[in-house]
Amino acid sequence: MFKVLKVFVLGGVTLFFSMLPAWAEDAPQAQAAPQAQEAPKAQEAPKAQEAPKAQEAAKGQGKGLDEQVQEIKTDVLSIAAELNQLEEKLIYPSDTQLAVFVSVAKGEKFRLDAVKIEVDGKTVAHHLYTHKELEALQKGGVQRIYVGNVRTGEHALKVTSLGKTEGGSDFQKDESFKVAKNVGPKMVGVVLASTGIGSKPITVKDW
Amino acid sequence: MARLMLILGCLLLAVPALAANPYTAKGLKDVFYGEALYEAFQGEWFDAIARLDTELGQHRRLDEPTLDPLNYHLDQAEFGVGDFELGYRMHLRAGRAISAVVEGNFADPVRNEAIYRLARLYFQEGQPADALQALQRMRGTVPEPVRDDVQFLRGEILLASGRFPEAAKAFKDLQKAKNLEGFAGYNLGIALIKERKEQDGRQYLDRAGQILAKTPEAQAIRDKSNLVLGYKLLDENAGEKAKLVLERVRLSGPFSNRALLGAGWSDASRGQYERALVPWSILAEREVTDPAVQEAMLAVPYAYGKLNIYGKAAGLYGRALDSFGKEADKLGASIKSVQDGKFLKALAREEMKLDADWVVKLRTLPDAPETHYLLELMTSHEFQDSLKNYLDLNEMRQKLARWETDLDAFEDIIKQRRGYYQPLLPEIDRAFRQLDSQMRLRMEQRERIRKRLKAMLVEPRPDNLATGEERIARERIAHLEQALAAGGTAPAETRERIARLKGVLLFNISTEYDQRLTDAYKDLHDLNVEVDRLKKQYDSFVRTRQAATQSYQGYDDAIRGQRSRIASAKETVKDLMTRQGAVLEAMAVDELTRRRERLEQFKVTARFAIADSYDRATKAQNEASTLKAPAGTAEKSDKTGKAFDKAADKAADKAADKTADKAADKAADKAKAASGQAPADTAPDSAASKETGVAPKVPVPLMPVNVPLTPVNAPVTKVDNPVAATAQTEKSVGK
Repeated sequence: MFKVLKVFVLGGVTLFFSMLPAWAEDAPQAQAAPQAQEAPKAQEAPKAQEAPKAQEAAKGQGKGLDEQVQEIKTDVLSIAAELNQLEEKLIYPSDTQLAVFVSVAKGEKFRLDAVKIEVDGKTVAHHLYTHKELEALQKGGVQRIYVGNVRTGEHALKVTSLGKTEGGSDFQKDESFKVAKNVGPKMVGVVLASTGIGSKPITVKDW
Repeated sequence: MARLMLILGCLLLAVPALAANPYTAKGLKDVFYGEALYEAFQGEWFDAIARLDTELGQHRRLDEPTLDPLNYHLDQAEFGVGDFELGYRMHLRAGRAISAVVEGNFADPVRNEAIYRLARLYFQEGQPADALQALQRMRGTVPEPVRDDVQFLRGEILLASGRFPEAAKAFKDLQKAKNLEGFAGYNLGIALIKERKEQDGRQYLDRAGQILAKTPEAQAIRDKSNLVLGYKLLDENAGEKAKLVLERVRLSGPFSNRALLGAGWSDASRGQYERALVPWSILAEREVTDPAVQEAMLAVPYAYGKLNIYGKAAGLYGRALDSFGKEADKLGASIKSVQDGKFLKALAREEMKLDADWVVKLRTLPDAPETHYLLELMTSHEFQDSLKNYLDLNEMRQKLARWETDLDAFEDIIKQRRGYYQPLLPEIDRAFRQLDSQMRLRMEQRERIRKRLKAMLVEPRPDNLATGEERIARERIAHLEQALAAGGTAPAETRERIARLKGVLLFNISTEYDQRLTDAYKDLHDLNVEVDRLKKQYDSFVRTRQAATQSYQGYDDAIRGQRSRIASAKETVKDLMTRQGAVLEAMAVDELTRRRERLEQFKVTARFAIADSYDRATKAQNEASTLKAPAGTAEKSDKTGKAFDKAADKAADKAADKTADKAADKAADKAKAASGQAPADTAPDSAASKETGVAPKVPVPLMPVNVPLTPVNAPVTKVDNPVAATAQTEKSVGK
């Protein structure tokens, strides 16, 4: 009784499989073919896997949508540019503006962990570096670490850097400088280098 | 492994060549340009474009742009802005920026590099004809760093255009290019196969599959070559050769799962199921969401079945069924979760962006099951484009919201400044006007003195330099002389004294004239120093006064304008985010549904295979009993057989719902108890099981992962931004 039922079930399932597109070729052939030939037949790539409908739809929709996204990016970039100018004019007018930029000397491989900037004895910036930021500096990028306002005249600038040398030992270096602020924005570049003998680890220059 | 796949995708991309860094090669002279690079090197495209755009705009407005430090970097900056826009997926603007260089008056190498980038852009955007046309505009010297890349791109374009012989020629010329090793060979192989030069093509694929690869990208292309060649050989029933080729694929690489699956099939195709079990068993233990792993979970019991170890096969089918059931449930929950919007929230998680492998991490987020099955989808070009657009929109939404707050702060600052300065300024202005008039007067006096001194250089006027006392004395002498002249009487001695005094006075004035003139000039010079100091103070006051007014006047219109623009942009971004999110959700649901349907098929297969395994086990048992048992025990045997059937059916039903292997073991144990023999799965080497090696009525339907013959993009350069890079993963190697 059970066996008869099983035969029906097996037959039904076989029929079901023969209707499935991917198995349509495999099942009947495999039944008849010798064992050794079954596997390669079964491996035949399924007929071109149907691309998901949504992905197809997305392609069509995406094109127009993508262009609209590009347009809004242009708009937002333009807003950003104007806001930057507005901010600079309003908060850091050129008469009083002092900006400090950090860069790493060419070819330096030390690990920079943090930089602290003090102007006239006050800490104005303390930045901890991520790996990405350090890489960007090592590739030649320049980081604007501080922008603020000072009176015209001479100011004390102290730079402290912390990190690890290429050899793996910790270092902390600080240097003090005098910065003369005239009419017009003052751009001070701080260049960091390794602590090798005879080389200065921290130097400043005017940009 | 998935992480490797992503890393590979990142490395293979032909997106801006920032790692090679041509931007700072000749030193840095413009700090703002350096600042833009700092942002770009971190993949912060928005800030990089905003900064460089502003800088370029200011440079163009200068009367003498050659004096601007940016002039030194102008070529790189023009390229840079195009590159950054490409990184930020602003292809329309990037194309325009690069076209401007192409059309501009630049030297051949610069122009040719721009043409190369433009062609690459066209090609990425699916416009091979335009890309080829652009490349044909090259003339003169092509810069050395991109020479091979230009040729490789030409080959890719020709391949994409169906011009296989020309593509093959282009790739053949690159066989010695070190940075394209493996890639040129692979593409050459593909081009030759498409050209119907099957043997030649395979030869190059074989060669690309044996390169000495050190870099991750070279190792990946070597694996890919072996995978493609291996599956081609499998298609042709060359199992032995296929196995050798597939075994070259690394066990931990992005193609290892498919290679293991193929390696198993190459053994199985030769009837060596025991050997096939080795790669399949390794594969079956890997991440269950991978299609190849799911297939291996069916392939392993299939192989046991072929080895007549039906109990073990049934158990493993049961386990597969259980696993598929759980995964299907998970997929169902995921679809619901996606539809509830949780998928988009998971994608936009801030912490994910801090990790370069964030797409891979999505698969293991404990509270975001909707992301677990989407790695494959996430590496597809369409999904990546949509995803990045969505993330960019999300970032813009946040920026716009922040800017609105900034504007509030600006207005607050202005209000405070107005409140402080407005009452003070009238009094300050009044005092200033008074001082200003005094200053003007003194300045006029000083000017007069200067003029007189200047005139005395030409026409000496000693009288002008007489001291006050001398003037008084001269006055008095003149007065006395007048009195005498008017008829006054005085002794001759007095008259002589007056004359002598007058003479002394004149003598002193005349002889000391030069010294006095010099002293007067010195005094004027000293006065100039004071006047300059005064002028500085005056200018400083004027500037401060002006700055005070400017600190709160003239911003209202600008802020109002920005507010309106931000509000409008916010609306647009919100709308686009909704639409883009819907596209992403639809793609995710579609993918999850497809995977669930596939699992459902697998479940049906596993269920059927369990029943089939028990059927075969019973049959084998019966045959063994018939052969071994004496005639008197036939009835007992029949009963035992029925008991086994019952137990097996029960187990199959249970397995469909729950842990199949437990049920199978139970069934086998029951059968063992009834028949007094060892269960099938514990006696794989028994003579009975070997003798009953009949083919299953319905084979386990397995779907090998298709490895289409797609060309790969060469790793023109490495990129820094993995998120940006993944867009090309599928194009490069993933298909």
